[in-house]
Amino acid sequence: MSEIVTLNHGSGGKQAHELIVNLFVKKFGMPQPLTDSAVLIEQGCTFAFTTDSYVVDPLFFPGGNIGKLALCGTVNDLSVSGAVPKYISASFIIEEGFPVKDLEKIAGSMAEEADKAVVKIVTGDTKVVEKGKCDKLFITTSGMGFIKPGFEPISTGKKIRPGDKIIVNGQLGDHAIAVLGARNNMSFSSSVVSDCTSLNHMIQSVLSECNQVHFMRDLTRGGLSAVLYELAQLSGFGITIDEISVPVDDPVRGLCEVLGFDPFNLANEGKVLIVAGRNEYEKILDILHSHPLGRKSALIGEVTNLNKGNIILNASSGGKRILDIPSGVQLPRIC
Amino acid sequence: MKYIEEYRDKGLILKLSDHIKKSVTRNYDFMEVCGGHTSAIHRFGIPSLLPPEISLISGPGCPVCVTATDFIDKAIAYSQRENVTIVTFGDLIRVPGSSSSLEKEKTKGADIRIVFSGLEALNIAKSEPDKTVIFLGIGFETTAPGTAVTVRTAREEGLENFLLLSAHKVMPPVMDAIVKDGIKIDGFICPGHVATITGSHIFNFLPEKYKLGCVIAGFEPTDLLQSVLMLVRQINTKSPDVEIQYSRAVTPDGNLIAQNQLSEVFEPCNANWRGFGNISASGLRLRKEYAAFDAEKRIPVIIQKHRGNPSCICGDILRGLKKPDDCSLFRKACTPENPVGACMVSSEGACNSYFKYHS
Repeated sequence: MSEIVTLNHGSGGKQAHELIVNLFVKKFGMPQPLTDSAVLIEQGCTFAFTTDSYVVDPLFFPGGNIGKLALCGTVNDLSVSGAVPKYISASFIIEEGFPVKDLEKIAGSMAEEADKAVVKIVTGDTKVVEKGKCDKLFITTSGMGFIKPGFEPISTGKKIRPGDKIIVNGQLGDHAIAVLGARNNMSFSSSVVSDCTSLNHMIQSVLSECNQVHFMRDLTRGGLSAVLYELAQLSGFGITIDEISVPVDDPVRGLCEVLGFDPFNLANEGKVLIVAGRNEYEKILDILHSHPLGRKSALIGEVTNLNKGNIILNASSGGKRILDIPSGVQLPRIC
Repeated sequence: MKYIEEYRDKGLILKLSDHIKKSVTRNYDFMEVCGGHTSAIHRFGIPSLLPPEISLISGPGCPVCVTATDFIDKAIAYSQRENVTIVTFGDLIRVPGSSSSLEKEKTKGADIRIVFSGLEALNIAKSEPDKTVIFLGIGFETTAPGTAVTVRTAREEGLENFLLLSAHKVMPPVMDAIVKDGIKIDGFICPGHVATITGSHIFNFLPEKYKLGCVIAGFEPTDLLQSVLMLVRQINTKSPDVEIQYSRAVTPDGNLIAQNQLSEVFEPCNANWRGFGNISASGLRLRKEYAAFDAEKRIPVIIQKHRGNPSCICGDILRGLKKPDDCSLFRKACTPENPVGACMVSSEGACNSYFKYHS
């Protein structure tokens, strides 16, 4: 591991994983595999507990702001663990000079999203630091929710088997491109709006009718590639993905071509990957298609017994290649 | 997506792949000398669509990969000076110099910023007049006109705090060096973006002097496969030529406006290439009329000569003599997150592409 922390350690890719596993997990003696929420059993009750910090720049972007992001992100981390989210905490680190008007907007969005997701913000903290000691505003949210019996193995993927189908609930990359487009120094503007939203109602509508959801992850930092990599490592099986079936909208696809990004690596804030048992994936797709947040859901691949631990991408060109976890901060091509 | 998907049509691709398989009569070694091609070849899984008789060799086409260690060392030396802001394209910050990289220096507090265009660098210079802004100009004939426009604009606007450290290079001399080196290739997949600017004629010396086939290729899978097929046919019929496959962008004469911008601001100079050493007239430096914007003239720095990691074979890879798999550091000491050689840094580098797309 390198001697100093670099931006690469925060990218959700390989270096981020190494930092977490080799430093924090070791020091804290945390159990593995690492999941989006800790799944805890106390006095006969199973609950999920999670925390996440938000440092997005700019604070306001098409489709949301840091507050909406912080609320939805934590709701989603609980939801993909199979939990029904209940309670949220919110901590604010604010740079002196920050406009109260903006803080009101941000807190307003959080309250609105909490209402929609039917969760309660029940505790929090505020710190103000001198100018220059933090970039405008950072938010940390934690959350807890309850897991119904039978859904405990979803976060660890223990039930994944060859033949399982891989589903995503819609087009990839919107959040990353919307945020990038909102940065002042970028010389492009686009119609792309962040997909930032709480997925708990959609996920619950699947879980209430199906019992073959074998694994779920939200496709945040590192995007689809990072989650597929995690899935391959966690399950030990191979994964085949058909590039042509992965939904990406044209404006995102076009900007990726121009900037040299791979939409598979881009962050989303309202997308989930579901690994579904082969006998139930059609039913799951039907439920998703009938939900407003899942209309563009697609079957994108399957778990196989071949190429164990690897992801094989059937490129839309007809060729085949390995899909690797993104490494470092995605950088634009220069030539 | 219009104008992209037509060139990624699976039916056409498989048909071309089949044509190539039926056309081969011997072994063929083709070299691509554009990092964009290296990246596209692996991204679209082109090797899996070619018969075993055809080998594609990655040449010195990624501007990051061919940037010499002393250029990085110089940029680092500038970054240590007070009130200097280094402005660069993203990939360059991770290229290892002799003892550090721009990324490491940035983490330690040096003012190093990433931009998407030279004009963005100008805006930084305008908005922060107390800083000396040094733009690291890298790339071939494709990106050099953009830098030329940036420097001209700086002069027109009377910006005194904007400087250029140029590592811009031109393509033909290094292709000549590869052939003179005796590297065994049967033809070149020539760089489509370079030729869009320069015109196809700059490659005429290859068939004329060395009887080598050349096809100027686009960047989509049908482009690449069609180019391979055209090269196979040139060789089968023993009629080496410069053919333009990428005819939707490339003409024999190229973009004359860009060429004029380039020659008004830059002149040829000898340049250091990673893996090749000094190649005569292969670089671009600012003409004396623009000396006021030349970082090396305005603020000379002295750097020490260092040797790189002796196990790193980036040089041989760039010259097409070896493949990334042949390197003892590949996937072990040298990975995209910890690159030893420059070919592992950029998404267009041969080692980076192999790492990402091959098992």
